[in-house]
Amino acid sequence: MSADRQGGVNAARRQFVGWGVAMAGATLAPGVMLFDLAHGRAPEAPASASVRWGMLVDATRCAPDCNACVVACAKEHGLPDGTRATDAQWIRKVELKDLRRGRTLAVPVMCQHCEQAPCVDVCPTGASFKRADGIVLVDRHTCIGCRYCMMACPYQARSFVHEPVVDPKPDVPRGKGCVESCTLCVHRIDRDQAPACVEACAAAGHRALVFGDLNDPGSEIAKRVAGYASAPLRPELGLNPGVRYHGL
Amino acid sequence: MTPTDVNPRSEARRYWGLVAIAALVVLAGYAAAHTMEVHGHAVTGMDNRIVWGLPHVFAILMIVAASGVLNVASIGSVFGQAEYKSRAPLAGLLCIALLAGGLFVLMLDLGRPERMIVAATHYNLTSVFAWNVFLYTGMFAIVAVYLWTLMERRMNRWSAPLGIATLVWRFILTTGTGAIFAFLVARPAYGSALLPPLFIVLSFAWGLAVFLVAQAAAYAWHGRELPEAIHARMRRLLGVFVAAALYFSLVQHFVHAYFAQQQAYERFILVDGSPYPLLYWGGFVAAGSAAPLVLLWRRGPATTGSTLAAALLVLLGAFAWLYVFIIGGQAFPQPIFPGYEVRSSFGDGAIARYVPRWPELLLGVGGVGLALLITLVGARAFAFLPEDPAASPAAPARGSAD
Repeated sequence: MSADRQGGVNAARRQFVGWGVAMAGATLAPGVMLFDLAHGRAPEAPASASVRWGMLVDATRCAPDCNACVVACAKEHGLPDGTRATDAQWIRKVELKDLRRGRTLAVPVMCQHCEQAPCVDVCPTGASFKRADGIVLVDRHTCIGCRYCMMACPYQARSFVHEPVVDPKPDVPRGKGCVESCTLCVHRIDRDQAPACVEACAAAGHRALVFGDLNDPGSEIAKRVAGYASAPLRPELGLNPGVRYHGL
Repeated sequence: MTPTDVNPRSEARRYWGLVAIAALVVLAGYAAAHTMEVHGHAVTGMDNRIVWGLPHVFAILMIVAASGVLNVASIGSVFGQAEYKSRAPLAGLLCIALLAGGLFVLMLDLGRPERMIVAATHYNLTSVFAWNVFLYTGMFAIVAVYLWTLMERRMNRWSAPLGIATLVWRFILTTGTGAIFAFLVARPAYGSALLPPLFIVLSFAWGLAVFLVAQAAAYAWHGRELPEAIHARMRRLLGVFVAAALYFSLVQHFVHAYFAQQQAYERFILVDGSPYPLLYWGGFVAAGSAAPLVLLWRRGPATTGSTLAAALLVLLGAFAWLYVFIIGGQAFPQPIFPGYEVRSSFGDGAIARYVPRWPELLLGVGGVGLALLITLVGARAFAFLPEDPAASPAAPARGSAD
């Protein structure tokens, strides 16, 4: 019996198989990694806490006369076009005039997707909730319409549906008597698309909205946040919002 | 007039007439809620800036008063004062009636009132609203058992411990009501640890005022006179509560006005943010506090009319205070961009306007109607009218044994 067939085992063949598996692993792994980065997660997989979706609003690039993000949001979610006090506005353009220097600018304001979200804390039924990846949502099937979350939101980012909803979009469940707000286009994110407002801003040529994973050091948003001064709105509240502003 | 002068048939007619009026008011409240249910809250004056309107003013007034009205029972059962002990059943009934009226308004104002079962089965334990679901239902239960110990002779020995439990529970309940606002960090009007104790003090005044109105009505109904000694004591007590509530509210504004970041809001609510300064100074301070204090503490004999007027003025002041607190607190814009002049299509930087419409007014009044209906039926069914000891200063304190 030769040395490489001791105990009925072919050592050379075992070594060959071992090397083969290692090489196949080394070949496939980067591909698997790329897939993971590109698609975020499989459709049936839960949202991952390793991701923190966020947005950077660059006030120096936001054009005061442009409303593309607001229009795109309303179209994407089937929101009313009007701006009555009872109409839902998930994103709004806020015009600002610096009281000391007189500088004027405008920025969009939407749900800031806080880590310590007051709306989530106060909701009696848990209808307001935060996904593992940081997106704050309202479960419209358990929202009782008490509006306590609207009282608690420091950004006035929530709307109450004051009238019956006609022809809602399949991806965006809405209904009279419930509270709603920016979902960060969660249905698009889960399909590996950017939020509608971000896409519209880029299409309008401004690129004032940068969306991505704040936890991924290689993402554009993480690099911009690391490289340029930016701050959340109302930082004194310590809510750690996922939306940050540059140039205010 | 003595109790024997009352004609039973005419009394029954008046009673059922009053019950019918209260039932119609409740029905009107239901009709208003149905309109809101069908058409949405767009038919009310509320919007995305003033999200809590007149219904919350009515509801919170009744819920806070429901807690405070039990003071009368506590003084009797916990502190052994006989005059108050005989009033404990009426106080317990008023508590249940006011709580039911307040919750009627609060629940029917929900965007999805048919989902109350969701609120009863899904609890977010970080939410003070969820805590209040337990506190309100617990209050009904504990007061019902307390009333049983008062009414059932064999259970009388348990009325003192149940009285203590009720006292503790209502303190927690009103702390919870104040905490609804104390936990709101977003708005300058709220987010203060002073609010829960302030609400407890307000509840003392508002609850006793409701009790005095109900007591005056009951005595007038039966043609009885309130013994002078009891009358004088209850007047003095209301005066103390009104003065304490005024003090707490003034201190809250005084301290806030000291903070630079709060001064714009305080100026709005107290000086130039019409109609809120008028409601605060004219409604709460002058009509709802100063005038009742003058009526209650003036020299000379205490008249039933002046006591009733003082109690009604306290309730008017309570309404004004809550209107300023709840609606004025939302009308002032949130300081999202300090240092900037702000404008947007969503009302950023602007004072929100609120004009109540008939559905929310009717819903609120419907809650008051329900409280009246429960009181009328309960007082009749269980004979809750206080039995006074002989109107002599030497009368023994019946509750001292408890």
